[in-house]
Amino acid sequence: MSRSWIDQALAEHKEPEHDEVDAGGRRQLPLADREQQVLDRIDRARRRRPKVREERITMSHGAGGKATHTLIEAVFLGAFRNPLLEPLEDAATLAVGGARVALTTDSYVVSPLFFPGGTIGDLAVNGTVNDLAVSGATPLYLSAGFILEEGFPVADLNRVVASMRDAAAAAGVHIVTGDTKVVQKGKADGCYINTAGVGLLERDVSLGVAQARPGDAIIVSGPIGDHGITIMLARGELDIEADICSDTAPLNGLVAGLLDAVPGVRAMRDATRGGVATILNEIARDADVGVLVSEDQIPVRAEVRGASELLGIDPMYVACEGRLVAVVPGEAADQAVAALRAHPLGEQAAVIGRVREEQPGIVQLKTAFGGTRIVDLLVGDPLPRIC
Amino acid sequence: MRFVDEFRDADKAHALAAKIAALCEPGRQYKLMEVCGGHTHTIYKHGLEDYLPESVTLVHGPGCPVCVIPMGRVDDAIHLASQPDVIMTSFGDMMRVPGSGGSFFDANAEGTNIRMVYSPLDSLKIARQNPDKQVVFMAIGFETTAPSTAMTMLRAAAAGIENFSVFCNHVTIVPAIKAILDSPDLRLDGFIGPGHVSTVIGCRPYEFIARDYGKPVVVAGFEPLDILQSIYMLMVQLSQGRSEVENQYSRVVPWDGNLVALKAIGETMELRPYFEWRGLGFISHSALQVKEKYAAMDAERLFQVPGVRVADPKACQCGEVLKGVLKPWECKVFGTACTPETPIGTCMVSPEGACAAYYNFGRMNRTRVAEAAQAARS
Repeated sequence: MSRSWIDQALAEHKEPEHDEVDAGGRRQLPLADREQQVLDRIDRARRRRPKVREERITMSHGAGGKATHTLIEAVFLGAFRNPLLEPLEDAATLAVGGARVALTTDSYVVSPLFFPGGTIGDLAVNGTVNDLAVSGATPLYLSAGFILEEGFPVADLNRVVASMRDAAAAAGVHIVTGDTKVVQKGKADGCYINTAGVGLLERDVSLGVAQARPGDAIIVSGPIGDHGITIMLARGELDIEADICSDTAPLNGLVAGLLDAVPGVRAMRDATRGGVATILNEIARDADVGVLVSEDQIPVRAEVRGASELLGIDPMYVACEGRLVAVVPGEAADQAVAALRAHPLGEQAAVIGRVREEQPGIVQLKTAFGGTRIVDLLVGDPLPRIC
Repeated sequence: MRFVDEFRDADKAHALAAKIAALCEPGRQYKLMEVCGGHTHTIYKHGLEDYLPESVTLVHGPGCPVCVIPMGRVDDAIHLASQPDVIMTSFGDMMRVPGSGGSFFDANAEGTNIRMVYSPLDSLKIARQNPDKQVVFMAIGFETTAPSTAMTMLRAAAAGIENFSVFCNHVTIVPAIKAILDSPDLRLDGFIGPGHVSTVIGCRPYEFIARDYGKPVVVAGFEPLDILQSIYMLMVQLSQGRSEVENQYSRVVPWDGNLVALKAIGETMELRPYFEWRGLGFISHSALQVKEKYAAMDAERLFQVPGVRVADPKACQCGEVLKGVLKPWECKVFGTACTPETPIGTCMVSPEGACAAYYNFGRMNRTRVAEAAQAARS
């Protein structure tokens, strides 16, 4: 970063002299109005087209928070912009020879490769299956690309591949094409996997977080944060032990049950990197609505809460690999929760909040203590390489 | 969850809020400073201000260890990390703090090896695994973290680890509070005293605030009910015209502090003649340096540190925010040029910084929200 980055930032956001200051420099507007002016100014600044300031990629760019959003919008969307990509949903939905299909891809760099509840192979299959499922598609075929580091034990590779085979069987998909590359020792960390997937859109649904309307209910399908905390503890850097495992699981069965019961579902997202908080912010931003959630409605396992307290992490930002957030019309909330609870992966599904008109773009949380605060996107992530 | 939920009980909070409101004298404004950044974080994270009457304002103090590190020291640290065969270790909070040429994250993208650790002791593990490298721990924090740095140095000395050193930026809280009390542009009614610092130094060091400046101090814990109760205790003192040091956090803070911890600090570190605080300027005897006896573990002695003072950008008003003269949103660049994504001032970096707390948790006009709620009711 060059020395002048501060000057640049200041110049970009230069505001005309504030008219609320009189000749004597005294401020005239009441405090609340001045605060509102500042909030409006911030709102305008946040709606500007994002720009990558850094000269090099930093870990924050991969964390799923603000820096990732900025990178995607400024670099990738900037270069590839087209109507199919633009919604930036978990999968693109397109028409091929009369059929509507969903297409998605995801890369997996989790460290460690093996952890309680799963392996990198489980994530690679389930993650892509879930991206298709929450788009309303029936996942069908996957590709698998491997980047292997010189020296990686074949036994470990066999273990990873066996877990992919089992996960694919459980999800009812087939891995039908693939690729292998080997890089020199030190140029990668053991094993990275990329999977892409296609699914068939059989239902007449058009899902997207931009569809959220005031009055809609927001639902999570189960306790949040299990995966992220499990990985963090599995790294053994913290000397904390807890009896939790990753929630990695294919969500296509759960989603099918929900869509059968409530065809009017507006949107679904699987809560991976950035956690539930990030999805709530995507809803608020893309639908230009306010979101209000209650802390004491959000299911979190005691172990996850305890570890998060110790580490100073908010479970709302911690990744899951087998949970989804759904937006459904308010009147269908009970029906949706019942449909989710009927499936083993959704037993603890709960309504956590509502979409509303007030404060568009902002996610507010009613804390268990009885106060209110906002829930913003994180800039970086305290837990890198969790998937 | 035990030992947590008890301190977040909404019913108890309502009861305390009513008692606080009853103590407010009509027409009087109360400005209370929470010195510690951990308190600022709790206040915003739990939305505690919702419980306070309008006449009670919380002013956020200078007790955020990351926020008070001047840009020049960040540059010095990056310079150290750029030396051949150096691994630097740092608490995660420091990674995003901007120096004049960027943060630790940016430095890593350009080739330095700065690793995040959860405890300074992890640095010793890294030193053992990398005998051909010098491992420099970026030591920051108040008396809260100084003992863990001191213990790590003692442990390194005992184990004969020769490739570990400390870049010492530890600061002490009392001179900063005194600087604020002596600052002409601020009127405070009382202090919510820092809890974690006090576990080490005890409550005695604050007696001058009550005695010489006539301001009550209540040392407080970090759960929202702790803070609410401390505010109530301050309001009781104010209503009775008393100014004393009281200890709300007695379940953790001994009146005389922790002698073992203080001894470890005294063994390894000594006061610097002066140290620059971001926004507050140079304050004499306000920071610690490594003692001569442990010179072999002092990165400032082992390496040439440029020590160039970098003036804060003119537009940045961290100083006023740290002293509590300005609310975060009153800073000219707040939320536009200076955001958690591209922080110009340190107050925007650490989750304990007043600006970051307001931006991340409090960015809604509370007065307006309250007015709207009232209008809806009537």
